[in-house]
Amino acid sequence: MSENPKKTFLYLNRKAPYGTIYALESLEVVLIGAAFEQDVALAFLDDGVFQLAEGQNAAGIGMKTFAKTYRALGDFEVRRLYVERESLTERGLSIEDLMPIVHEDENEDYAQMPSIRVVDRAELARLIGASDVVLSF
Amino acid sequence: MSTLHTVNKSPYERVAFASCLAHVAPGDALLMIEDGVLGARRGGAFAKRLAEADRRVAIYAIGPDLEARGVKREDVAEGVEIVGYDGFVDLVARHARVCAWL
Repeated sequence: MSENPKKTFLYLNRKAPYGTIYALESLEVVLIGAAFEQDVALAFLDDGVFQLAEGQNAAGIGMKTFAKTYRALGDFEVRRLYVERESLTERGLSIEDLMPIVHEDENEDYAQMPSIRVVDRAELARLIGASDVVLSF
Repeated sequence: MSTLHTVNKSPYERVAFASCLAHVAPGDALLMIEDGVLGARRGGAFAKRLAEADRRVAIYAIGPDLEARGVKREDVAEGVEIVGYDGFVDLVARHARVCAWL
């Protein structure tokens, strides 16, 4: 593995959770990518922003509330979760409606740093163009 | 380095196509595949949005997908280049990455 250069992976998440399997599958693949020590970032746009909504509980529809897994991403070195501002606004959401997701920064005495970064559409377009691999869900 | 964007959903049913157009960068290419080719039909409401995007990005559609859906060559909006599967491969090879809008 060490002879392969690290690649930057961007996972584009555009679907709401629970209605389809995309969101859960994306999480699984993200964790696999992180295990291979790649540089992983996630982007949430369109209905994908609902994946990070605070207060999810899928017990009543007989499904696993996998939202908690996003909070564990920091332990897998996944520290950049970009959320598109326009997608939030269109859906009546703001960053306060999202789960607090943090990671420990070893350069800051292991202080807990926020992983979610709200970016505008133009910045997200730039991120797509700056990634080696874009995986869509 | 440029990106090849693929869209496989009709713009009349999903927002994937519109979202793609909102995230393309100048010099990128956009390839309509599967139901995405329905956006290429001349005279459709979406064709106007495509024409606007055409100034910034090159636009392609897969011929067999058009044919399968009864969209004749002469029904395809101006500025849309029809390619075969070999053309699809060429596009992938010419761009640094592929971004799929599902």
